[in-house]
Amino acid sequence: MFKKEIPPGTKSKVKSSVQRGIRSKAIETYPLLEPYMDEIMPKKEQLDMIKLPDRVTLYALSASPVVPLFWQHMDDPLIPHLRLVHRFPDCFHRIRIDRGAIRFVLSGAALMTPGATSPGGRLPEADGNGEEDYRYGTEELAPGTVVVVEAEGKENACMVGQLKVGTKEMKATKKGAAVEAGHYLGDGLWNLHLD
Amino acid sequence: MGDNGVAGAESIPQSKVVVYCGVCSLPPEYCEFGGTTKKCEEWLKKHHPSLHGELYSEAAIEANLSTLSLDAQKRAEKDAQKKAAKAATAEAKEVEKKAAAKVYIKRVERNKRKYVTAVAGLEEHGLELKKVAKDLGKKFATGSSVTKMAAGGEEITVQGDLTEGLLEYIVKTYKGVPEDNIECIDESKKKKAAAAAAAIAATEAGLQGR
Ligand SMILES: [Zn+2]
Repeated sequence: MFKKEIPPGTKSKVKSSVQRGIRSKAIETYPLLEPYMDEIMPKKEQLDMIKLPDRVTLYALSASPVVPLFWQHMDDPLIPHLRLVHRFPDCFHRIRIDRGAIRFVLSGAALMTPGATSPGGRLPEADGNGEEDYRYGTEELAPGTVVVVEAEGKENACMVGQLKVGTKEMKATKKGAAVEAGHYLGDGLWNLHLD
Repeated sequence: MGDNGVAGAESIPQSKVVVYCGVCSLPPEYCEFGGTTKKCEEWLKKHHPSLHGELYSEAAIEANLSTLSLDAQKRAEKDAQKKAAKAATAEAKEVEKKAAAKVYIKRVERNKRKYVTAVAGLEEHGLELKKVAKDLGKKFATGSSVTKMAAGGEEITVQGDLTEGLLEYIVKTYKGVPEDNIECIDESKKKKAAAAAAAIAATEAGLQGR
C-alpha cells in the first residue's frame, strides 16, 4: 500500500462526533483495545485526519510529536499504524512469518503463504501448536481479517494488513499471496513526516 | 472479548514503550535488514547499551543464522551487501552535495550609499537560518532577518555593508562551511559587469553577422 514515499498530505481536524464514530469503529473491529481506548484516543485530545494518496486516510492524535493511530483505505476496515501495534501487541489477531521472509516483507513484497506455513511461521492452531502461551490464537481467521504479522526471533511486528485468504486455506494450499498491500516497517506510511 | 480466539486476553500489558533506532527508525532488532546496519549498531551501543548487548551478542547472531538454510544465508548476505552499497552511495552523494554547496555573501545597494548584505546558501550546510540571523544581528549590532528570495528559498539579510566582517565571522563560527565555498558578490558591480559582457557579446554577434 505504501511502497512509495508519501508527501505530507493536508491535515484537518476531525469533528468530535466523527471522532466518537472512529472510536467506536475501532473498538468494534478490535474489541481488545477497549480497555485502552482512553489512553489511545483521549476524549479531550484533538484527532486529525490526514489525506494520503490512493484514497487512504490516516487518523492521528494532534500531539507533539503527532501520534499516528489508524489508517483506512476508502471504506475498508480501520487498520492500526505499526506504532500503535507496537504499543498494544496483544490486542490484535496475529500470525508469524519465518526469518527468511522478513527481508521480502520489508522490501514491500506481498506476504507469501509459505513464509507463514514453514516451521518458523505461525498461524492460529486449535491445539496451540503444543506451545504454552500460544500467542497466535486457536481459531482460524477468515479472509479480510486484519492481521498483525510478527517475525521469527523478533519481538515487534513488521507488518499489518488484511488477509487475502483465510488461514485454513493457507494451511491447505501452502502457496500464494496471503497479505497484499499492507503497511510494513520502513514503508511510506512508517516514514511519513507528521509534524 | 475473550471469545475471539486471541490468547493472552486476560493479561494484556499496558501501552508498551518500544525503542526505535535513531538511524533507520525501525525497532533495532530489524536494523540488520537495512542498509545502514553499521551505523545503527553504533547508535544502539551508545544510546541503549543493554539492548545492544542482547541484539548483537554472539549467541544472538548465531541463532539468527541457524534458522536459515545455507543458500538463504548467502542470498540474504548478497541482498544486505547491495543495500549497504546503495546506502553508501546515497551518503557519498549527500557529502558531495554539501561540499559543493556555495554560500553567497552579496552586497546590495538599497538607496544611495545605503547597503544591505545578503547571505544565501547556509541552510545547505545544516545551519538554521533563523538562528544564524539572530546571531549575526547580535554580533554586528544591526538589523538581521530571514527573507524570502524572489527565486524561491530563503536568505539572511543584514543591514549595512558587512561583506568582509560576515565572511570572517562565518568562517570562524560555522566550521561546517568551507571557506572556499563562500563567494562574495558586489551586486552593483555585478550588474555593471553583466551589462558590459552583454555589450561585448552584442558587438561580437554583430561582427560575425557581417
Ligand atoms: Zn537502525
